[in-house]
Amino acid sequence: MKQLTIISGKGGTGKTSIAAAFASLAKNAVFADCDVDAADLHLILKPEVKKTMGFHGLKIASIDKDKCTNCKKCYDHCKFNAIDEDINLIKESCEGCGVCEYVCPVDAISMVERDSGFAYISDTRFGPMAHAMLKTAEEASGKLVTVVRENAKDIAENKKKNLIIIDGPPGIGCPVISAISGVDLVLIVTEPTLSAIHDLERILDVARHFDIPAVVCINKYDINKGNVEKIENYCKDHNVDVVGKLPYDTVMTESMIHEKSVIEFSDGEVSDNITNMWKKVEKVLSNDR
Amino acid sequence: MIVSIASGKGGTGKTTVATNLALSLGKAQFIDCDVEEPNANIFLKAKLNEHEDVIVEIPEIDKGKCDYCGKCSEFCAYNALAVVPSDVLVFPELCHSCGGCELVCPQNAINWKGKPVGKVEHGVANGVDFYHGLLNVGEIQAIPVIKALKKKIDNKKNVILDAPPGTSCPVIEVVNVSDYCILVTEPTPFGLHDLKLAVEVVRHLNIPFGVIINRDGIGNKEVEFYCQNEKIPVIMKIPESKKIARLYSKGIALVSEDHGWYEKFGSVFNRIQEEVRK
Repeated sequence: MKQLTIISGKGGTGKTSIAAAFASLAKNAVFADCDVDAADLHLILKPEVKKTMGFHGLKIASIDKDKCTNCKKCYDHCKFNAIDEDINLIKESCEGCGVCEYVCPVDAISMVERDSGFAYISDTRFGPMAHAMLKTAEEASGKLVTVVRENAKDIAENKKKNLIIIDGPPGIGCPVISAISGVDLVLIVTEPTLSAIHDLERILDVARHFDIPAVVCINKYDINKGNVEKIENYCKDHNVDVVGKLPYDTVMTESMIHEKSVIEFSDGEVSDNITNMWKKVEKVLSNDR
Repeated sequence: MIVSIASGKGGTGKTTVATNLALSLGKAQFIDCDVEEPNANIFLKAKLNEHEDVIVEIPEIDKGKCDYCGKCSEFCAYNALAVVPSDVLVFPELCHSCGGCELVCPQNAINWKGKPVGKVEHGVANGVDFYHGLLNVGEIQAIPVIKALKKKIDNKKNVILDAPPGTSCPVIEVVNVSDYCILVTEPTPFGLHDLKLAVEVVRHLNIPFGVIINRDGIGNKEVEFYCQNEKIPVIMKIPESKKIARLYSKGIALVSEDHGWYEKFGSVFNRIQEEVRK
């Protein structure tokens, strides 16, 4: 079984639209939405939820004011400033380390589970899907990404699927690293803007750091041809293949509004280019490392 | 006044709004808090002349004192320590520097050493006092870098905080210090869905906010209907235009190309000031 993650560094370059298009092209795959912060793939794939699982992130402190003697030891020891001087918990700042519980001399603090969100296993018109929802202002999105990936793996093994297509989060930090660790290939979606090029360079460094092969797709290639050349040269210098170039086309947005992948919605240039790109990606995935 | 710019969905135009707002204000302070992928300086072009490392403290085991009892790894909520029969393995990128291992160690075998996880850089451009943070490649925790940036906030100035995308810890770390939050979205189903999540966050933090619709005209009217129903002010619309996309691709701020934008962003700021005073 192979795993492909679609990432970008910079947000809004077209990861999810491309992931949805790949979903409609893949013959025997499981789909995983690992952008658990702002998940959008379900808006196109319209999953029918088969199983819901509660997700507990890091624990959180709970202070029993009746037992508290106001000694302030917890306040002094908390490195996250999650307890104020009047010994009230600042929920958003608590990282669940348990130091307050440990230093409290009168057992007034206990660490409790927090309901941080849900993980789902679903069916879609293209195949099974693993996804999740992180509750407002919750932490540990990296941990939830790992849960989604484990669910996707289980489905793939049970249903004998040979590929997992993962829609990744933007950035280069904790959830991104959880979404790419151990995958066979990352497809980086970029665009010919100076911001996206800057972010592409950083995310390629991350892929290299974890020794994960990468290929690149240039979206909206026609908005700045000079920058396209820059990206192509950069990729060439770093031995990274550019597997696809897509034009700036409102069909991407229109298909989204119709809740369809661009492949289902149109058979124009964008769809042709994505289909060709998909064939290249499949080929790279089938070559063993 | 501190204004944060956030979005839920990435790539909706946070940095466009933040940089143009700062340039139209003149003597503002600008802090790019998207430490995973900072882009603001592509537009502001400050010459960065101060650099400082962001250091976090991670445990170092004194093997002379350690008797491998395993209490530290048992306590660690982040699995950053593993004790095997004759060694303690430390996984620095998982450590949150909570200090718990030191507290529980009966042998006093835990020391601390600094480890750089990113940096903060400073410069000035067109009167804008500019800072940004950079998370080192391969590091997973953006929060310490964001915290280091927040220490730079100058309360005497108008401060613009450019937040990272998403709705979880790094975004909250930025938005929760602001007096007002601008949520930038685009009028598409993805934009709307993620705007709703972002609205939940700012409401949860109880921070006054308004919406800027970028690429107005590209999708449908659902974002506007949503804002009307929820009584959320739409404080600006930036039209969908290939010209604006091209300027962006070249790293040119709107206000530098077309001076009319100075006035538009200036009046957005005035409106925000009035709302915050209320």
